Parts: sequence; structure tokens; C-alpha cells
Amino acid sequence: MAFKRAPVLSLLSVTTIAFSLFAFGLFGLVALNIRRQLNQLEDRVEIRAFVVDGTNAEATSSALGDIASFPEVSTVKLVSPEEALVRARRELGEFSDVFEAGILPASIDVKLKEGYRDPATVASVAGRIKNYDFIDDVRFGEEWVQKLYRIRTIATLAGAVLGLAFAGVAVIIIGSTIRMAVLARAREISIMRVVGATDGFIRSPFLIEGVLKGTLGGLLALLFTYAANSLIGKFVFSAEFFDAKYAIGGVAAGALIGLLGSAFSVGRHLRDV
Amino acid sequence: MIRFTHVFKEFPRTGLALQDVSFHVGKGEFVFLTGPSGAGKSTILKLIFLEERPTKGEVKVSGVSSVTIRGRDVPKLRRKMGVVFQDFRLLEDRTVEANIAFALEVTGAQPSAIGPKVSRLLGQVGLASKATSLPRELSGGEQQRVAIARALANDPVVLIADEPTGNLDERATRGIFQLLRDINASGTAIIMATHNLELIRRAECRTIEMNHGAIVFDSAEQAIAYPASGGDEA
Ligand SMILES: Nc1ncnc2c1ncn2[C@@H]1O[C@H](COP(=O)(O)OP(=O)(O)O)[C@@H](O)[C@H]1O
Ligand SMILES: [Mg+2]
Repeated sequence: MAFKRAPVLSLLSVTTIAFSLFAFGLFGLVALNIRRQLNQLEDRVEIRAFVVDGTNAEATSSALGDIASFPEVSTVKLVSPEEALVRARRELGEFSDVFEAGILPASIDVKLKEGYRDPATVASVAGRIKNYDFIDDVRFGEEWVQKLYRIRTIATLAGAVLGLAFAGVAVIIIGSTIRMAVLARAREISIMRVVGATDGFIRSPFLIEGVLKGTLGGLLALLFTYAANSLIGKFVFSAEFFDAKYAIGGVAAGALIGLLGSAFSVGRHLRDV
Repeated sequence: MIRFTHVFKEFPRTGLALQDVSFHVGKGEFVFLTGPSGAGKSTILKLIFLEERPTKGEVKVSGVSSVTIRGRDVPKLRRKMGVVFQDFRLLEDRTVEANIAFALEVTGAQPSAIGPKVSRLLGQVGLASKATSLPRELSGGEQQRVAIARALANDPVVLIADEPTGNLDERATRGIFQLLRDINASGTAIIMATHNLELIRRAECRTIEMNHGAIVFDSAEQAIAYPASGGDEA
């Protein structure tokens, strides 16, 4: 009905809703995939504290007990210089010759429990371990963990800001299509009032129109996001798509934007009729 | 049934449209509202109809007060009234029967009851043969009959008519007036604003005359005293 009366504005409202959710969707996808990556990497997050040469065994073993009792810590393991050498050889393969026995120091390797692997917690645990006199240096792969976290935050934020901006524009555009629709039906509306139609009854077709446009915009956004995801999957790297819960949530968000846009507008303009 | 008690109505730019208006209309009465243009006739009708609220004083319709009524109860009260305007206010793109059915549809009538009701109303206003015509295919008098049928759709206790014959020739005017008399005879009160003095003189109905927003004459005041209305004059 609205599409016949104001096709350009109607199309515009549907597409702005679609773009709003598309922005949400794209950046959401980036955040989602980084999050997945992080979860995998987080399994490997490990703090390695190097022990000063010549530290007595009693001191290290009591430290091991202390560290094991930290609430964040899942496992603690003492790695002797010999074991370190074996591990280094295994990890470095052909360059293994460069290592001579005795070069590598002993270390305390600490794994953290799930949920305690974010950069801040890792750094705080590392800091506590560093407090021992006989600990020389602590490494915990801080750069890449922090970098990934930062990218995820930026992606989430960029998606939210862009999406919200588009959503705002969508609400305004829907508002003006509703305004036109109300004015086009001013006579009908005034007669409805005269014969005793309730405001809810008068309002409902406009609200339904808003919800329909919003849902259409949401479906379009889902389609765009899916297409973008497939393209990335084909040419860049394989990325995972939202599960059904998020996809439905996205379309519902479109319906909500449509409903809000028309609800704000119809209340205001009905008063002028 | 309709009672105005010391009603004042002030509009932002134009000032006082009504000052200290008090009167009462009983069940089944027929009342003419007359007076020069700008006297406040339409304003009185709008207050009855709750399209406007008084600035001061109280308008009571069917026991419901303009002072205490909540906005969402207004539609319910309106269903007890029918309104007819000088310019008919029909929907041009709908047939006669659709125009009448409209009033029933938007007030939530049973769909199965709408058809028979529309036929009955069309018969009542003498347009049974024009059910599928469009408004522009009808004469002015016929269009006003459609508007009257629509106003009667929800079985109002009062019909409010703002210069219903203002756009009609003399013959059509007589026809519409006779229709209103018939409707009144079946128990519906009618308040009709008009400046057709010829019509008023011949009809011998109660007449309230307005000027500059005040009642200057009420024929009912001469016959019987209304305790709550126009006390200073009686
Ligand atoms: N909505 C309005 N806003 C401002 N002034 C109004 C409005 N409606 C009526 N008036 C003023 O109130 C006075 C009475 O108008 P009205 O009741 O329409 O007179 P009548 O119907 O007797 O010709 C006029 O002076 C008119 O200008
Ligand atoms: Mg008038």
C-alpha cells in the first residue's frame, strides 16, 4: 500500500534499515570470527617464568605450590633446562642445532583457567609471578593477545556506531514516509475519528507498515551479509556465519527499527490531522 | 443528556469563542442552533463532540464530563453521537455502501452484521437504489443522506448537524430536514446549527440563538425554567 503511494521513500526506508543492519552484520561477523580465533588461541595462552640459574629446588617447589593456588591458575609445571631444550628442538625443527645443552634456563609454565585468559588477567598473574626473587623474566605472548583483543573491540565498536547511525537515519526516513502516509489519508483519519474509531485502531495500519518495512530491511541485510561472508570465504579466508539465533535476532531488530520509526512519527502527525 | 455549565472557550489566536454558555438538551429533543457566522455555533458542536475541550466550565454528555473524561474514553462516547457536516465528508473513492460500512468497520462491528445494517440504513435515508454509486455520482442532497446514514450507523442517542443544508438548494434542504425530523421522531435527539431562518420559522422547534460567543435567546427559557442553565436570564 505504501509502496504504491510513495515508492521512492518506501524503498529508501527499507534500504536504510538494510544498510543499518548490514553494518551491524559485517562488523559483527569480523568480531565473531576474531572471537572464535581468540578462543582457540586462548587455549594456548601460557605464562612462562624463567628461573634464575642456581635457584634451589626448595624455593621453586614452594613457589609452584603458591602459584597453583592462584584462583586464575589451572596448571603449573616446572620445566627443567633439559626438557626446555627438547621442546625447543621439537618446535624449531631444522634449526635445532643452534641449541646447546645448558643454554636454556629452567622455567615455570603456567596455564590459566578458561575465563581468565584476557590480557589484563594474564598480565596481572604474570606480574605476581615476577615478584619472586628467583624469577628472571616472564613471557606471556602479550602483543598478539592484546592486538587481537583490540581488533575485536574496534570491530564491535565500529559495527555498533555505524549500525546505530544508519538505524537513526532509518528511523527518520520511516518517520517521513509515515508522515506522508498520514497526510495522504488525513480525510479518512478525520472521518474515523468522527465515527469513534480508537487511536489504536487508527494507528495500527501505520505500525504494521513500519514493521513490514523493517522486516524486509532485516531480511535484505541478512542476504547482503551472507553474500559478503561467502565472498570473503571464497577469496580471503573461510569465515563462519552467524547461527540462526543471531540471524533471527537481526531480522527482529529490523522489525523493531521499523516499529519505532512509525510509532514515533504516527503519534506526532495524527495530532495534526 | 447534554449540559453546558458556564462554558468558556478561548482559542490561542482568535480569543474567546464562547463566553459563559449554559444550556441543557434533553433526550429526544430537536434543537436549532442559530446566529451569525462566527457566533460560536460550530464551537458548541465541537465541544459536544469532544473535538475541543472547554477552557472553563463543564460540558456533560450522557453523564460523562469533559472535565474528567480520559482521552482514551473519547472514542466510546463518540459512538453515542452521530455527526453530519455541511461538506458531507464522504470518502470519494468508495461506494455509498462502503462509506456507510466504514463507520461500522472502524468501530469494531461484527463483520456479519455490517451488510444487513448498511442495507437498513440505506433504506432509512431513501437511497436503497444507490448502494453501489460513488459519491460524485450523487446530488448534494443524496450525498448528505449518505452522511446521515453513516452518522446513524452506531445507533447514536444524538445527531449533531453543522449546517447540514448549507450547500443544498431549497428542495434538497426540505428533504434533508424532513429526514432529520423522521429520525428525531424515532427517538434520536438532534442539534442542528443553521442560519436558514425560513426553516426555523416553519419548524417551530426549540431554537438557541448565539451572537459573539454568547447565547442571546433560547426559546426553551421562555416556556420552562432550566435550573442549571442560563440562570442569570431566567
Ligand atoms: N480552531 C480554531 N482556532 C482558532 N479560532 C477558532 C477556531 N475555531 C473557531 N474559532 C473562532 O471562534 C469563533 C467562533 O467560530 P465558530 O464556532 O466556527 O462560529 P460559527 O460556527 O457560529 O460560524 C470565531 O471567531 C472563530 O474564528
Ligand atoms: Mg460554523
